[in-house]
Order: sequence, then structure tokens, then C-alpha cells
Amino acid sequence: MEEKLRILIAKPGLDTHERGAKIISRTLIEAGMEVIYMAQINLTIPQIISCAIEEDVNLIGLSILSGAHLSICRNIIDEMKKRNIDDMPVIVGGVIPRHDVPKLKEMGIREVFGPGIPTETVVEYVKALQG
Amino acid sequence: MRDDIEKIRREKDKWFSEKFMKQLSGLGVESPPLKGDKLPLYTPLDVENKYLEDIGFPGEFPYTRGVYPGMYLDKLWIMRQIAGYGTARETNQRFKYLLENGETGVTAVFDFPTVMGLDSDNPMAEGEVGRCGVPVDSVEDMRILFDGIPIDRVHVALLSSYPSSPAIFAAYIAMAMEKGLAIDSLAGSIQNHFLAFYTALPKCAKIPPRDAIRIAVDTFEYCSRYMPRWTPINITAHVIRESGATMIQELSYCLANAMAYVEAALERGLDVDSFGPKLAFYFTAGMNLFEEVAKYRAARRLWARIMKEKYNARNPASQMIRFHAQGSAFTVTAQQPLNNLIRSTIQTLAAALGGAQSINVNPFDESLSIPSEESVRLALRTSQIVAYETGITETIDPLGGSYYVETLTNKTEEEVRQLLKLIEEMGDGSMLNGVIKGIESGYFLREVSKAAYDYNKEVESGERVVVGLNSYKVEEDIPIELLTVDPELEKIQVENLKKLKRNRDEKKVHETLEKVKEGAGGKGNLIPLMIEAIRANATVGEITDSIVNVFGLYQPKSGVI
Repeated sequence: MEEKLRILIAKPGLDTHERGAKIISRTLIEAGMEVIYMAQINLTIPQIISCAIEEDVNLIGLSILSGAHLSICRNIIDEMKKRNIDDMPVIVGGVIPRHDVPKLKEMGIREVFGPGIPTETVVEYVKALQG
Repeated sequence: MRDDIEKIRREKDKWFSEKFMKQLSGLGVESPPLKGDKLPLYTPLDVENKYLEDIGFPGEFPYTRGVYPGMYLDKLWIMRQIAGYGTARETNQRFKYLLENGETGVTAVFDFPTVMGLDSDNPMAEGEVGRCGVPVDSVEDMRILFDGIPIDRVHVALLSSYPSSPAIFAAYIAMAMEKGLAIDSLAGSIQNHFLAFYTALPKCAKIPPRDAIRIAVDTFEYCSRYMPRWTPINITAHVIRESGATMIQELSYCLANAMAYVEAALERGLDVDSFGPKLAFYFTAGMNLFEEVAKYRAARRLWARIMKEKYNARNPASQMIRFHAQGSAFTVTAQQPLNNLIRSTIQTLAAALGGAQSINVNPFDESLSIPSEESVRLALRTSQIVAYETGITETIDPLGGSYYVETLTNKTEEEVRQLLKLIEEMGDGSMLNGVIKGIESGYFLREVSKAAYDYNKEVESGERVVVGLNSYKVEEDIPIELLTVDPELEKIQVENLKKLKRNRDEKKVHETLEKVKEGAGGKGNLIPLMIEAIRANATVGEITDSIVNVFGLYQPKSGVI
């Protein structure tokens, strides 16, 4: 019996658009994973990373539609390095202009899923982590 | 002479068996393609409305055909495009560009920090300033934003909801006063609609629902007294629909919210006809053309009846739904983005055929980034082409009397009534309590999340075709010029704010903010107190903090997926 994958889906920053994040969360749950969903008011990056450590998740998924993805992802990766969990994979979804995708990957974001990507693609990507 | 109904029934049955099913069985189809339990063909047998009672004339109760007698024959819809990015300076340029291109109303949308009442220099705002709207920290930003814009002649919509909308409203009034304009001459609206956000965008719902309603009513009261041409609230269904709601939920939750405000204002002792004419609505324009038109027609009839029969509104203007429509953002695809031009055109047509007073067309690059100049101009051109080249403005309610549209209008009204009844029952007969209960228990959140998930499933299973997304796909790498927001602008914004704070009279700032706090703790109207504070150069963030500190930070139901 394989352990269930544990995934943290978070809405970092101030962006309030939750439609995509909720759909992805529900899809991952249906695919047999455990999802911790974070979208509180005033959610900070240290809170997200603390939660990832405490909940011992396999992956962090960030949903950002506000255009603030570059600075948010940089701060996330910095915080993860600071707390020695930068080997944990981070993926990003939302409205990410094409020209920013290489920049995010350079920072250390594993994968970027833009609008309209089938949720199945995300599920397969996450499952592949289990090897 | 009307046909005999019985004769139509006989002829229809004959047509059905001899023609329709015969053709289908020739194609190997055994059972008729029903929608629900109905054959998708509508005839006089389906429409049993009494014309005068249920449909009537434009500008007359129950306003099914439109709120004004002449509709577009007298006055086209206001053409406006949402604008806001960078700083007030960039956005002001965008306003001017749009006005030069024939825009007839201005819409300002604020960035996330501003919406949430966080000043640009707040650490929480880092990286978010000017990304998804315009930052407005102070009356000075408002001054720059509307510099050279004839706000005494152009209808201005401030797309700002709580928690900062009262402070934004105060900043706008203070700016107009500085310009030497009489505030009773200002025409426009502030979105100011709190209740939808607990469901659609809970991450900015910082204030408890009851306090949010109190602020809304403060605004009604202020506008009734001093700003007759200003709309103190835009009751927004759009955000609810975009976050996943079905068309029926969109209209039901919106009207439930509207009824909650009315009941709260009546509780305050306001006369229904003092604020009734000032309520405005904000709907989505979706892809299903006839359903959307039916939604607008049903909305008008429902509201007219609710206001007249339930709340005893006597002034006809209190019974009218005047509404703005915005294209549906969730129908916009990132794949083959130029296809969105066609989607926007159909949505604009739906809003115009449905009798909208004001329309915002979504730019085709909406799902890629902040719209570019080219894409907003194309969006505006869409409205202009629909208005001037299609002939739909040469008559009123052109789809009225369509057997199909009238049937859909009746069906929509019926389904919405049922949902309204359910929400009212949650509040033991009070819509105000029902709505608050629905917010606090997570009922609305759950319903909308489920609808969003179901919709997505339909798309992913292919049951619902989305061209370019799940069908007719192409490998593409279309070079579209996207607008990028210069990160330097955030630094400039923060620098300007620091300068403002250095050069202001701190004692006066403190005094005026104390008065806002006192007001929030008491029963007085907050708007004049906020105007005083913003004129003393207190910031939108400081004013919002003052009220949040008094009301307490509300954490909406989080984690409802």
C-alpha cells in the first residue's frame, strides 16, 4: 500500500481568484491524494512554508493570477532555501505570461501550468513524483 | 384573430410524428432529443403569459422589455472598458486613450493592495502594486488618476469593493471638491458590494458581514442626501458567476443580496423610495445568447415585482433594474486567444439584446496578461460595431415575443424564485438573515465551488465544447504583444507615498482617524468622517485599518473546496 501523496495548494499574496485552485484541489482529492488548501486572508509566505513542513507534503502548488508571480515565487524559493526544504517541488498555475515561464524555472519552480491545461495533466505530473 | 390553441396542439402532434420523428428515424435516431422533458421547439403552446401583466411595454411595470420607454432609440448603452495598472499616471493615460477612441464611461479598477486597504508601502503589498489594477493610496493619487478627465460630464465607475471602498469613495469625493465641482453634479457609481465577495473572492472579505452591510447603508444614506446622480452600490452578480456559479445561481444570489441590503436599509429607518432608485446591478454576459437575454428580462420582472409587492416601493425608479454587463472572463481561453474576439462579440450582443445600460467588453488577451492598448481598443470597437452596424438598436427588446425567449424568461424567473425562497427560509423569513447565514455557514461557497467543478468536468470530458481548448486545437506559438508592467513603477509609487507621509500634518491625520474609529464604533455615518480624514492626507490603508480594527478582522470560511 503506497502512502497517499500529500499536496499543499496555496493562494500566496493578495490574489483572490480561487476558482482554479479549488478545481485543482478537488481533482487531486478525487485522484486519491490528500490536499491541504490555504487561502486565508493575510496569508504570508513563511506561513505557507511552515505548513508545508508541518504537514510533510510532497509538493507545493501555487495559484497566482495577480501578475505578482515573479516576486512571490522568488520569496517562496528563498524561504525554502532558508529552511532547507528547497528540494521540495513547487509548481505554479494561473495567469503567467509566456515570457515569464523561463524566469520562474530558472528560480527553481519545477513546472508552470497555464489556463486551460487539463487537470489530468497536473494529476499525472504529481503522480509521476511517486515514481 | 388568434389561432385556436387546440388546433395548434393537433397540428404540432401531427408534425412531430409525421415529419420530425420520421426524419430522425430515417437517420437511425429512435427517441426524440429532449431538453429536460421538452422538445426543443417552442410554439404558442409554451407561452401562456398575459401580455400586459407579464411582458408589457418598455419603461412600464414589470419592465420585462426594458426600463426606459425608448431604450437605445434615445440613448445607447455606456461603452466602458475596465482600466487600471502601473500607477495613477499610466492609468490616467489609458483613460484618455479610451476616451479618444470613443469610450463614453470611465471605469477604474484598483490593485489588490488598494482593494484590501493595504498601502503600497505595506510589506504585504510587495510585488503586487499596480499589477492587477491601479494603486490609490491617497487623495493625491486620485487627483493624478482623474487629471484632465471631465468627471462632471463622463460617468465614472469605481470598481472598488470592500474593505477599502468607502475610503476610495471618500478620496474620489475629496478630489472632486478640490477641483471645485459641486458633488451633487457627479455621475457615477462605486461598486461597494460586499456581500458577493464572501462567496466569490473571500480572501478580501476582511469585515464581518453585518458591518459590511452597515457601511453599504451609510453610503446609500450619504448619496440620497448629497449625491443624487451617484450610484452608491453596484450589486454584483458578475464576480459570483465568474467564480463558478450557474446562470440561475448568479441571478438568485445577486437578488438575494439586493434584498438583504433593502431589508438592512429599511431596518435603519430609510424610506424604500429614498434609496431604491439608486440601486444598480452588474451582471455577466455569457456565451449562451438566448439564456443570457432571458436572464436580463427575468431579472427586470423579478426585481420589479419584489420591490413593488414585497417592499412596497411606489416610485417606479425603485422597481427598475438598471444594469451594467461585463463579458464572462471564464469563457476566455489562453489557447488561440484571437478566438476571444468572437466570444466577446457574442457576449456584447447578448448584453445589448438584453437591454443593458452599460457594457464592458473583455479584451481578447484577458487570460494572458493586463490588456494592451490594441486589445482594449478592439474591445471598445466590438461595442461600437454591435451598436452602429447591426441594426439591433433600431427596435426595443427585439427578442421579446420569441416563443423560446419568453419560455426561457418564465423558466428563469421560476427557478430563481425557488432559490430565493430557500435562502429566505434559511433566515426564518428574513432575507437579510438568510444571506448572512448562507455566508457564515459556507453555503454559498460550497454551492458555487461545486458548480465550478461540475462545469470544468463538462469541459474536460468534452461534453461541453470549448473551441481551441478541447476541440479544434492547434499547436501554436502566436506572437502577441503583451503588456508588461514595469517593476520600477512600484518603487515610484512607494516613494511618492513616503513623501506624502513626510509632508503632512500628523496631528490632523491622527485626529481625523480617531473620529473615523469613533464613528465605526457608534452609529453615525462614516462617509463624511472618511472624507475629512482623506483630505487631511490620511491614506486609504490607514482609514481602512481604522474600521477593521474596530469591527475585528473577519476570517471567511476558508478551505471550502
